[in-house]
Amino acid sequence: MNSVGEGCTELKREYDQCFNRWFADKFLKGDRSGDPCTEMFKKYQTCVQKAIKDKDIPIDGVEFMGPNKEK
Amino acid sequence: MVKYFLGISVLKASWDQVFIAFWQRYPNPYSKHVLTEDILFREVTSDNRLVSRRLLTKTSRVPRWAERYLPANVARCAYVIEDSVVDPQSRTLTTFTWNISHARLMTVEERCVYGMNRENGSWTEIKREAWISSNLYGLSRGIQEFGLARFKTSVSKTMKGFEYVLARMQGESPSWTLVETAKEARGKAKETALAAREKAKDLASQAQKKQFV
Repeated sequence: MNSVGEGCTELKREYDQCFNRWFADKFLKGDRSGDPCTEMFKKYQTCVQKAIKDKDIPIDGVEFMGPNKEK
Repeated sequence: MVKYFLGISVLKASWDQVFIAFWQRYPNPYSKHVLTEDILFREVTSDNRLVSRRLLTKTSRVPRWAERYLPANVARCAYVIEDSVVDPQSRTLTTFTWNISHARLMTVEERCVYGMNRENGSWTEIKREAWISSNLYGLSRGIQEFGLARFKTSVSKTMKGFEYVLARMQGESPSWTLVETAKEARGKAKETALAAREKAKDLASQAQKKQFV
């Protein structure tokens, strides 16, 4: 799936692949031996956070589960 | 006034399969309105829950009758945030999703709780609630009606997409295996090319040395 930052899609693809494997084989099975995807995530984040700034996507200060708190 | 929706859907797949599919559901043939997908935050908490934020860009259709009330330059796509918590201990996945653009026109907030189906432990149940509201003076009722109808259509698309992705996962080879193989092959090709280049350099420098001797 494409990233919102046109140049980030390849970095995202690599990270997603790493994550999906970790999620299925380790996390869901209760294996807590650390996350092998941290470096890939950092690289991907550097790229996508810049794209979000450039496109003025209003995510700043949006609280986790934001509006859910009132429900 | 807010429109409220409550629905239960069942997927004939186990909770862990559905959770895996949740992260691989885009793209699918029923998600053509989803243009981009990104993870903006991810962390495993000290009590072993996976907390994530996903940003989606979706095409946003406006009802034709409302179009003439809107500025012509209203963007035709909307940004949506989906926060989620995966708890493998309780075998639940909770999501909260809402639009962060066009919020004055209409806000759709959705909460889903995925968990084991009580009647059949190898199936997964999704309890879905949604709140649809609009602050547009004079038009809010019509827009909320439109929003609710569109939300119902999108739920059925979501479920079809899930079924499609689950079927693909349960097929002979999960998609990531195929991608992995392709990448490995490409890596090997690169290595071979690199080795050939090194060898060529080596030969060239040997030839040069010979010239000087």
